[in-house]
Amino acid sequence: MTKEQRLKKRYSAEKRFKQYGIVSICMALLFVGLLVFKVLSEGSSAFVKTTIQLELNFDTKLLNISNQPTKEEIADIDFYDFTLKHILKVYPTNNRDEEKLLIKLFTSDFEFEVKKFFLNNSDILNKVITLPITASSDLDQLHKGNYQRDITEDRRKISNFQLKIYDQLLENKKINKTFNNYFLVKGDSRNPEIAGIGGAMLGSFFSILVCLIISFPIALLAAVYLEEFAPKNKFTDFIEININNLAAVPSIVFGLLGLGILLNVFELPRSTSLVGGITLALMTLPRIIIPCRASLKAVPPSIREAALAVGASKVQTVIHHVVPLAMPGTLSGTIIGLAQALGETAPLLLIGMVAFVVQVPGNPLDPSASLPIQVYLWSESAERGFVEKTSATIMVLLGFLIVMNSLAVYARQKFEKKWI
Amino acid sequence: MNILILGFIIIFSLSCFFFGKSRIKKIASINQFKPKALPHFYGFYLSLWCALPALLIIFLWTIFEPFIAKYFIISSLEVSTNIKSNADQLNLTYQKIKAFYFGTFSGTASEQIKIGAAKYASFVAMAQNAKIVLVVTSIIGFSLLAYKKIQNNIHAREGVELIFKSVLIICSVVAVLTTAGIIFSLLLESIKFFSQIHFFDFLFGLEWSPQKAFVRDASVALSAEQSKELGKAFGAIPLFAGTGFIALIAMSVAVPIGLFSAIYLAEYASPTVRKFGKPVIEILAGIPTVVYGFFAALTVGPLIKSIGDIMGLEVSSESALAAGLVMGVMIIPFVSSLSDDVINAVPQSLREGSYALGATKSETIKQVVLPAALPGIIGSILLAVSRAIGETMIVVMAAGLAANLTINPLDSTTTVTTQIVMILVGDQEFTSAKTQAAFALGLTLFLVTLILNFIALRVVNKYREKYD
Repeated sequence: MTKEQRLKKRYSAEKRFKQYGIVSICMALLFVGLLVFKVLSEGSSAFVKTTIQLELNFDTKLLNISNQPTKEEIADIDFYDFTLKHILKVYPTNNRDEEKLLIKLFTSDFEFEVKKFFLNNSDILNKVITLPITASSDLDQLHKGNYQRDITEDRRKISNFQLKIYDQLLENKKINKTFNNYFLVKGDSRNPEIAGIGGAMLGSFFSILVCLIISFPIALLAAVYLEEFAPKNKFTDFIEININNLAAVPSIVFGLLGLGILLNVFELPRSTSLVGGITLALMTLPRIIIPCRASLKAVPPSIREAALAVGASKVQTVIHHVVPLAMPGTLSGTIIGLAQALGETAPLLLIGMVAFVVQVPGNPLDPSASLPIQVYLWSESAERGFVEKTSATIMVLLGFLIVMNSLAVYARQKFEKKWI
Repeated sequence: MNILILGFIIIFSLSCFFFGKSRIKKIASINQFKPKALPHFYGFYLSLWCALPALLIIFLWTIFEPFIAKYFIISSLEVSTNIKSNADQLNLTYQKIKAFYFGTFSGTASEQIKIGAAKYASFVAMAQNAKIVLVVTSIIGFSLLAYKKIQNNIHAREGVELIFKSVLIICSVVAVLTTAGIIFSLLLESIKFFSQIHFFDFLFGLEWSPQKAFVRDASVALSAEQSKELGKAFGAIPLFAGTGFIALIAMSVAVPIGLFSAIYLAEYASPTVRKFGKPVIEILAGIPTVVYGFFAALTVGPLIKSIGDIMGLEVSSESALAAGLVMGVMIIPFVSSLSDDVINAVPQSLREGSYALGATKSETIKQVVLPAALPGIIGSILLAVSRAIGETMIVVMAAGLAANLTINPLDSTTTVTTQIVMILVGDQEFTSAKTQAAFALGLTLFLVTLILNFIALRVVNKYREKYD
């Protein structure tokens, strides 16, 4: 090999090596892009729902009440029967099977929608009103174009008869898309069209709140002790090693801790966000202590020396000067720790937060799910309606994480002092 | 009730603060002395002595009351029924009594339960009264004591600071307590497990089928043959193999990509690329694992299956490959950000020496920078491995449930964490060897990751000292 050839070879090796780096970064980027694309393309349709315009005649005779109805009369109204009569008018048929198929185009909760509307509007007696009723999940998926129409009937979730009605409704412009108000406020349900993440969001909120209340003060005080007061001895070293190792323990082990100690020994109520919050707090604690210590360490010793020089005690120096100056760093560390806790699933699985909970929890002692748990639960179910809901839940979850992380970055950049 | 007591304590200690603060001035002016600390320290001193003991009492009381109540009711049950029935039955009756007391009991309650509930109610009422009396006495007693000390002009600031420092120490001990709690809870169940299943059968057995443990009744003693068979149902080798295999696939994705992106960002990239590239890779670390699991189970898994079908390969819909690939992507940032740090820590003079000898940039990196950074890189890889074996959601959602001993990446396999979740989600019976097996697996997982982390941290720290 001549000198030139060797040089050429070396240069091309140089080029190749550089390209490996570019390729690997591009692959990481590609994956992020793919994931975001998949979630966005699949999930955004869950924020919209299909409704069917149903003509309702709030005739007092039909409702079986007087013109000035008393409370008892209103309580006695059979809204199911009342709505059913109107639904059957959409497509008059005498066939029982066809009637059933017709009813199945509407959400199973249609009577509650009518009832709610009736109770909120007192001046509709004896009037004919067109009310949008939520469509069933199957019709919803059909309208969003997620079901194929041109396959044989037995492989379809929607029968030929239902398709005929759908086309007729479409022609009469009785099918609309509206914002899915259920998705963000309701609890879980077996029926995709009325299932929502309201319960999961509140469950997550309560557990993160419990986690914050427990972990932030303890982590800050522990960091202050280790950074400012702890003597250099074996006990301090032991605590430090402990914290570092605890930060790297797999999260599922904390789930076992919660199950073994909190549920079995202390007999705290299962499936509640209180237990979830305590478990998450134990998990997040070391992850907050480490950034707290780093930001305390970043405060220059001159600040401490100045305070001590004018006669402040060690405790006064720390409380009045060091901790306030380190606050932006500790806050951003805490927010990042909480963001991690918000996305955590495995420990919550073990303490029973996977229960199917329809009610929206009112306090941390109610059984509840959390956002990541809801993703897990829905991703297991095969129904098409839940697939888009899973992606939409991920969108909401990622949205919260983005907000929290940007808050952390903002807190640091805006308030942190740069020491020269 | 607790909230009322807490509110009382807060209000009382607040008023103690202002009382102490104003009082010291008055006492000082009457007795003609100079206070040894600023007035508000006397306020703090008084209010802390008033609140802390009371809060401690409430805290301990809340923790221990259920145990005492249980002991009290169960011992009275034993006397009244005159049968030394087994612990499980007594426990069950106790739960029923509690449910009856809280009004959540369904079905008809027996006479025994009603009597027990009445006893429970009287116990709760008694405990409530005793708690209030104790709290109020402690508040009054300790605040009087503190007040007396104020009159004697003690060093209030030192007293307050001593309390503050002890609170700090208690807070930093919480981490130690958490570790102790983990070890205690894991050991407690694991010891029960290993009393039934031989240690070596668990560690070296080749068959994992824990559902066998459910067949038998826990109260009936086992025949020798049965227990031998049971011992064979808990061989964890397939789980360890599956975990290691998926971690291996993950590492073979994460190490090259993570390492090369770290090298590129540290050595080649312009400051702007570095400024944007680093956060983007770190985004991968911020995505919740359940999202990765969703992606692996519903996108990557079916994709691999359809590709395999086209190529005529038999692919399981829950292949180890899908779980491993996605897990690999998840741990890219763990490899890259730590490696980036250690590569940056290699002193510039080493590079310049290499350039001076005529080496190209890539030759310098390969022959000078990487060997110098090697311990740190190995540390970061070890940390990433410990992440990979402890990772739960991706494998729960994308890897299989059946314990296959296989090295075919297209086959389904299971992991330690998957089995823990599968055993413990839903109803648990804590007398069953199956449930206890989950804790034994957890203990193994905890120890392995602990050792890996320990070695990794040692390696990383040792290396860092070298160039500082």
